[in-house]
Amino acid sequence: MTEITLGHYLTLGAVIFTIGIIGIFLNRKNIIVILMSIELILLAVNINLVSFSIYLGDLSGQVFTLFILTVAAAEAAIGLAIIVVYYRNSGTIRVEEIDKLKG
Amino acid sequence: MEISIIGLPLLASIIAGFFGKLIGDRNSEIITSLLVTIAAILSAIVLYEVIFNQYQDNIVIATWINSGTLDVNWSMKIDSLSAVMLVVVTSVSSLVHIYSIGYMSHDPHKPRFMAYLSLFTFAMLMLVTSDNFIQLFFGWEGVGLCSYFLIGFWFKKDTANKAAIKAFVVNRVGDFGFALGIFLIFYLFGTVNYSEVFQLIPTITDKNLIFLGIQINAIDLICLLLFIGAMGKSAQILLHTWLPDAMEGPTPVSALIHAATMVTAGVFLVVRCSPIYEYSELALNIITIVGMSTAFFAATVALVQTDIKKIIAYSTCSQLGYMFFAAGVGAYNVAMFHLFTHAFFKALLFLGSGSVIHAFKDEQNINNMGGVYKKLPYTYVLMIIGTLALTGFPFLSGFYSKDAIIEFAYLRGNTTGYYAAGIGIFTAFLTSVYSWRLIFKTFHGEFNNKNIKIDETHESPLVMLIPLFLLSIGAVFAGYIFKELFVGHSGTNIFWQDSIFFLKPLSTEHPPFWFLVLTPILVILSIPISYYLFIKNKNLTKQIANVNKPLYQFLLNKWYFDELYDFLIVKPSKNLGLFLWKFFDVKLIDGFGPDGISSLIKRFSLKAKKFQSGFVYQYAFVMLLGFSTLLTFLIIK
Repeated sequence: MTEITLGHYLTLGAVIFTIGIIGIFLNRKNIIVILMSIELILLAVNINLVSFSIYLGDLSGQVFTLFILTVAAAEAAIGLAIIVVYYRNSGTIRVEEIDKLKG
Repeated sequence: MEISIIGLPLLASIIAGFFGKLIGDRNSEIITSLLVTIAAILSAIVLYEVIFNQYQDNIVIATWINSGTLDVNWSMKIDSLSAVMLVVVTSVSSLVHIYSIGYMSHDPHKPRFMAYLSLFTFAMLMLVTSDNFIQLFFGWEGVGLCSYFLIGFWFKKDTANKAAIKAFVVNRVGDFGFALGIFLIFYLFGTVNYSEVFQLIPTITDKNLIFLGIQINAIDLICLLLFIGAMGKSAQILLHTWLPDAMEGPTPVSALIHAATMVTAGVFLVVRCSPIYEYSELALNIITIVGMSTAFFAATVALVQTDIKKIIAYSTCSQLGYMFFAAGVGAYNVAMFHLFTHAFFKALLFLGSGSVIHAFKDEQNINNMGGVYKKLPYTYVLMIIGTLALTGFPFLSGFYSKDAIIEFAYLRGNTTGYYAAGIGIFTAFLTSVYSWRLIFKTFHGEFNNKNIKIDETHESPLVMLIPLFLLSIGAVFAGYIFKELFVGHSGTNIFWQDSIFFLKPLSTEHPPFWFLVLTPILVILSIPISYYLFIKNKNLTKQIANVNKPLYQFLLNKWYFDELYDFLIVKPSKNLGLFLWKFFDVKLIDGFGPDGISSLIKRFSLKAKKFQSGFVYQYAFVMLLGFSTLLTFLIIK
């Protein structure tokens, strides 16, 4: 039984981070998935912060994690609100149809 | 006073050219005619002073170029030669101005026409009064330019535009030689002023140059190059093709430019440069040969042409040939004399033919004329006078000048001289035949015009007849009055002084009596012959033409010069031009240059456009990619 070290935690964070990123780019269907992927990225960062906090014995990392969670919750709420408004305006939240930036 | 001779036509041209619309047609006509007439009177005074008081001057108007040894002035050289030319140019010009008031009465662009005429007069005066080769060249190009304007005056006529361009381009060929000649003079002497060049000429008689890989005497080369320019301007054989086409211009233009003045500039140049030509036996022989070939060639072509103006144009060409071979045999004063008399009777013939064309409402084909001598009595009589003078009928002006040319050719005493004299006599006979053919076909026989009735033909207005009348006085008396002065054995050197240079004095012998009477007899005999051929027995003429069909066609097509040039020069240059345009310019230069670069940019931007997809996640991805690249780079570093 190997001991779970900092490396494992960081690897887990990196994996989740990557899944989040890939979730953003490969997703063609629903904008909510993007929102969820962003949450995943934030969580990956949180894992990193907590791991380092324990590894270094410094609590401020965990304090930051709590802040991030709060902000993430607010962000999710705002994001969902934007999506609702967007849906009302354009009748769709399919990612491949949102290309207004093309001009 | 002298400067105003040059200044007045320029002023007239500026007034009519720039303010013609403002002051109206009639005023432009009056102002230009008046100013040029004043210039003509002043020129007559100058000639009077030159004849009786041996007046000579070189008035410097302004410095033009002063750079290193090149020192060129705007100047007015007055000596016997330029005084004669002044009178010829301004008097014919003023009469043509007045005549144009009548002839152009139906034209909507009168001020423009008068402005061109005056501008031409100015340029021609610059040419003849120059004291250096550069100002001469300025005038030379100026008259060429005005000739272009005036040939193409009826710019809506396609043929007129083509003729104008042809005249301009053919003259460029001559001018190229002329310019090279001037360059060579400057190269050899470091100056372009006549007096200095003429002084230095004897010092280089043995100098040789390599030109186009051929070793040639420097003086010969100068003379030949200058003569190429003279050939172009004076429509000598090989460079003559523009002159008949130039008849597309209004008739007063043909009279002024293409008969009396501009085309004689070449002769003037050779005479002016007599101090150079006298040292070049080769060039003089070539001038003689070219001159007599032209005289003969043009006379044969004139025999069968049917356009009244083209006949006279070829006649001009032929008479210019006479002038050149007079100069070629060293009788420069005789060349000038013929130039002087020719200006009067040829202008008379042209303006007379203009009057006929006017009467027939713009008909130029002599086959469609005839039988109108009672309807156009004044024009008829004046044309007869012009014809008599041209053919050298005894005691009219052409008699003195043309016979003098033939005599001096004979007296030259070498092979070219005898040959030229023989050709000269034969050509005089031909001249007489075609001139009378023109008269008989135009005024006698039956009325052949289907477009208008004989009663509708009318005599020209007085404003056209008076210039004709004045010219006819010149045509009758100019020869008799001026013969002692110009070519007389005693008067010659006193009048010409040093404006004409003779290396050896002209022969003072007289040719045998039979030789003297030969030409007049032929000329007089030709009148009944032409009457018989063209009025009494037209069938005989037709038979002759039918029997000698190839010869007839050969003459009718002007010795196929135009076709030959078309084949040798025009077509290949056109093809070359097309090749350079379609392939070289469009495909290569444009293809790799502007068009190539722009299409490259277009293709590139079409590719770049795809980057803007409008999908946020792609933008985010690119941002992330960029960020990680940057981060990686920083970490590794």
